[in-house]
Amino acid sequence: MDLKVYIALSILLPLVGTIMIWMSGARPNQREVVTIITAGLTFLCVIQLLPAVLAGQQPELVVAELMPGLNLAFKIEPLGMLFALIASFLWIVTSFYAIGYMRGHHEPNQTRFYMCFAIAISSALAIAFSGNMFTLFIAYEVLTLSTYPLVTHSQTDEARRAGRVYLGILMSTSIGLLMIGVIWTWHAAGTLDFTEGGILRGKVDDGLVIVLLFLYMYGIGKAALMPIHRWLPAAMVAPTPVSALLHAVAVVKAGVFTVLKVIIYIFGADFLTETGASVWLMYVAGATVLLASLVALTKDNLKARLAYSTISQLAYIVLAGALATSHSLVGGAMHIAMHAFGKITLFFCAGAIMVASHKTEISQMRGLGWKMPYTFAAFLIGSLSVIGLPPLGGSWSKWYIALGAVDAEQIIFVAVLMISSLLNIAYLIPVFARGFFGPREEEEAQMADDRGHGDADHGDAPGSGAHAATGKRIQEAPLFCLVPLWLTAIGCIALFVYADRLHAMLAPIVK
Amino acid sequence: MLSSHLPVLVIVIPLICAPLCILFRGKDQAFGIALVAIWSSFACACLVTARVMTEGTISYELGGWPPPIGIELRIDALNALILLIVSGIASVVAPYSRNSLLLEYVEDRSYMFYSAFLLCVCGLMGVAVTGDAFNLFVFLEISSLSSYVLIALGFDRRALTASYQYLIMGTIGATFIVISIGLLYQATGTLNMADIAKRLPEHGYDRTVICAFAFMVIGAGLKIALFPLHQWLPNAYTYAPSTVTAFLAATATKVSVYILLRFLFTVFGVKFSFEVLPTAMPLMILAVMAMFIPSIVACFQKNVKRVLAYSSVAQIGYMILGISFVNLTGLTAGILHLFNHALMKGALFLVLGAIVYRIGSCNIDRMAGIARRMPWTMAAFVGGSLSLIGIPMTAGFISKWYLIVAALEKGWWYIAVLIVASSLIAVIYVWRVIESAYFREPPNDLSEISEAPLSLLIPAWILVVANVYFGIDTSLPVGLSELAARALMGAG
Repeated sequence: MDLKVYIALSILLPLVGTIMIWMSGARPNQREVVTIITAGLTFLCVIQLLPAVLAGQQPELVVAELMPGLNLAFKIEPLGMLFALIASFLWIVTSFYAIGYMRGHHEPNQTRFYMCFAIAISSALAIAFSGNMFTLFIAYEVLTLSTYPLVTHSQTDEARRAGRVYLGILMSTSIGLLMIGVIWTWHAAGTLDFTEGGILRGKVDDGLVIVLLFLYMYGIGKAALMPIHRWLPAAMVAPTPVSALLHAVAVVKAGVFTVLKVIIYIFGADFLTETGASVWLMYVAGATVLLASLVALTKDNLKARLAYSTISQLAYIVLAGALATSHSLVGGAMHIAMHAFGKITLFFCAGAIMVASHKTEISQMRGLGWKMPYTFAAFLIGSLSVIGLPPLGGSWSKWYIALGAVDAEQIIFVAVLMISSLLNIAYLIPVFARGFFGPREEEEAQMADDRGHGDADHGDAPGSGAHAATGKRIQEAPLFCLVPLWLTAIGCIALFVYADRLHAMLAPIVK
Repeated sequence: MLSSHLPVLVIVIPLICAPLCILFRGKDQAFGIALVAIWSSFACACLVTARVMTEGTISYELGGWPPPIGIELRIDALNALILLIVSGIASVVAPYSRNSLLLEYVEDRSYMFYSAFLLCVCGLMGVAVTGDAFNLFVFLEISSLSSYVLIALGFDRRALTASYQYLIMGTIGATFIVISIGLLYQATGTLNMADIAKRLPEHGYDRTVICAFAFMVIGAGLKIALFPLHQWLPNAYTYAPSTVTAFLAATATKVSVYILLRFLFTVFGVKFSFEVLPTAMPLMILAVMAMFIPSIVACFQKNVKRVLAYSSVAQIGYMILGISFVNLTGLTAGILHLFNHALMKGALFLVLGAIVYRIGSCNIDRMAGIARRMPWTMAAFVGGSLSLIGIPMTAGFISKWYLIVAALEKGWWYIAVLIVASSLIAVIYVWRVIESAYFREPPNDLSEISEAPLSLLIPAWILVVANVYFGIDTSLPVGLSELAARALMGAG
C-alpha cells in the first residue's frame, strides 16, 4: 500500500515544488532552498521503492482512466527504477551546481528556470514509472514542452532559432510518428500495457513490425538517432545546468529509455530477433555512433562537441536495443547510468570553465588546466568513463553491449564499438591535454603582450589578457560548481566498482 | 412539474428576455437580463443533459399537440451535447462581452447587442432541440439573422462588408436547406424528422429525394463553412467584435454540423446517404483538403484572428472527416471534436479579444513582446494552442486520438498520416504567434500596456481549464459522443 504513495509522491513532489518555487520567486535564497529540499525529498521517495523492486515486486498505481481501456497508470520495473534513481539523484547534484552557475553567470529569469526544471524532472520520473505506452507518451510530451522554455532561456534570436529546431524536431517526430505508432499498436494489440515478452506477438505480420519499429524509433526523437539528431546540438544554447541534467541525462535518457522499454515490453526482444525486424536499426544506430563521433571531432565549441558525443553514446543504447540479446539489453540499460554520470561530469566541467573563465571554445583553453586543476581532473575522469576505460563505469556497459553483438553474431558492431572508443579518445582527450600541455601562464602573458590590443576584447574575462599578470593563482569555479562535478566524477568510479549490483538489479528485464 | 418543461425552457428563456433587453435599455439592466437568461438556460441544458443520460431520448410536445402534426422537441445525446456547447460557451462569453464591448464603440447601444445575442443563442439552441424540420429552418434563420447583426457591430467598417458577405452566403445556404425540406415534405407529406425518416424508405428514393439530399448537403455545407464553401468565414470572424467571434466560432458552425449529421444519418438514413449515394468519398476528399489548404493559408496570415479563422475551417475538416468514415469510432471522433473544438477556439478567441482590448489590434507584429506585458493572457493563449495542436492532457488530443483510431479501424493508415501531418501545420501557425509574443522586443509604445482586466481574463481561463479538464476526465464528452454516434448509426 505504502509503495503507491511513494510513486505518487515521486511525481507530485516536484510539481508541488514548482508552485513553491514560484511563490518564493522574489527571494532567491528561499527559492533555491526549496529546490534543493524538493530534490532531496523526491530522491528519498524514489529510493523507498528500490527494496521492493530489488525483491522482484512491481508496484503499481492506476491514477485514472482517460479513455475507455487507456489508463494513466504507473508500474515500476527495474529499468524504470534505474532511470528514476539516476534522474532524481542527479537532480540534487545539479540543483547545487545550478545555484553556483546561475548566480555566477548572472542569468535572468531564474525563477522560471527552476520551475521548468522541476516540471521536467517530474515528467522524467513519470516516464520512468509509466505502466503503459499511453502514460509514457503523455509524460514524454510534457517533458518536451517543459524543456522548451529552458532551451530558449536567454530569449535571444539564437535561442529562438534553436527553440524552433528543438520543438520542431521533437514535436513533429512525436506527433507525426510516435503517436501513430502508439495508436496503431493500440489498434492492433488492444492494449498498451508494458508486458514482459511484448504485446505484439501474433498480432501483426512481419512487414508491419518493421513499420512499427520505424515509427517508434524515429518517433522517439529524444533518442537523437541520425538524421533527427539536430535538436540536441541546438539545445546547447541553454544554460549549462540544463545541458548537463536534461540534455545529457533526463531528456535524452528518457529517449533511449523509451527505446529500450518499447523494445523489451512492447515488441519483446525475442519477437524482434525472430522476425529480424531490427536489423536495419542496428546499421542506423551503428552509423550514428561513428558519424556523430566524427562530427564531434570537428567541433571547437566544447558544449557542441559534448552534444555530438552524446548523440553517439545514445546510439550505443539504441544499438544495444536493436541487437536485442540479453547481454546487450542489460548493457544498454547499464549504459544509461554510466553515460549519465560520465557526461554530466563533462558538462559540469564545461559550465565551470564558462563561469570561471568565460571560455567556450576548446581552442581558447590552452593552459587553462593549471588554473582550474580540479575541474580538469574531473574532466579527465568523465572522459575516460565515456571512452570506456577501466576503472570507470563506462567500461562495463560497453563490454556488455559488445558481448551482445557477439551473441547476435553481428561481429561488425564489435568493430564499430571499438572504433568509436578510439574516436572518443580523439575528441575528448585533447580538451584535457590542451588544458595542461599548452603554454603556462607566464608564456601566455608574454603572448598576450605580443598580441597587444588583439586580446583586449577579452579583458573582462578574469585570467586572460591583462589579468594574466596576476600569475598562476588558481582561479577555480565557485565551490557550488566544483563539489557537484567531483561528486559525479566519483560516481563514475563507484559505478565501476559496484557494477555487479547494477547488473543484478537489471537482470530481471531479460529473464 | 417544471422539470417536464425543461426542453422548451432552454429556448423560451432567451427568447423572452431578448425583447426585455430592449425594453429596459440601460446597459447594466440589459447586461443583467442577458446574463440571467443565458445562465438559467445553461442550467436547464445541464438538467436536460442529465435526464437524457439517465432516461434516454426526451420527447416534448409543444403546446400539447402530438407529433407529427404538432411540433415536437426531441432531445437525444447529440442534441444534448449541442445544447451544452451552445449554452455553455454563451455563459462564458456573456460576462466577457460587457467589458469587451467598450472597445467596439457600441456601448451606448449595448442593449441591441444583448438582444441580438440572446436571439442568436435562442436560434442555435432551437435548432438543437427541435424535432421538426421546418422549425429547424426557422430557428436557423433566427440565429443567422441575429449573427449578421452581431458581426456588423464590429468597430472596423469592414465588418459591414464581412457581414454582408456572410448574409449572402448564409442566405443561399438557408434557402438550399429550406428547398430541401420542401422537397422532403412534398415526398413524404410530413415535417417531423423522425416521421420523415420512417416514411422515406416506403416512398422510395426517387429523384425528388435525391435532389432534397443534394440541396441539404450543399446548404448545410455553406453554413458549416465546409471547404471550399468557407469564403465567408475568415472575414466574418476577423471583423466581428471579439466576443461575437468567440461565440460564433465555438457554436455556429457546430450547430450546422449538427444539421448535416441529423439529416444524413437520421432523416435520410445511413443506408441511403452512404450506400445508395456515394457521399462518404467526396466528403472525405473535401475534409482532407480542408485540413490542409486553409491550414497552409493560416501560416501566412498577419492578423491572428484570421489565422484562427482559417484554422477553424481546417478543424471543421476533422469533424467532417470523422463523419465520412461512417463507422462508430469515426462518428464519435467527429462529434467529440465538435465539443472539443468549441472549447479550444472559444478559449483562443477570448484571449485574442483581451489582447485587442489592450493594444487595439491582433496583428502578429503588433503582438511582439506582448507576453512580457500580459503574461497571463499569453499563457492562456499557449494553453489553448496546445489543445489546438493536440498535445496530450488536452481536449484536442482526445479527439485526435479517436480520429486516428477510426482511420486505422478502416485500415486507412494514410489518412492517419494526413491527420497528424495537418496537426503539425497547426504547430507552425500557432508557434508563429507564440514566438512573436515571447521572443520579439516589444515596441516602445507598448510599455504602458498592462494585463487584461479580470472580466476578460477569467472567462478565457475558464475555457483553458476546461480544455485541460476534458483532456483528462473525458467521460462526459466521450460518453455523450458515443451515445450520439450509436444512436445515429443505429437510426439507419
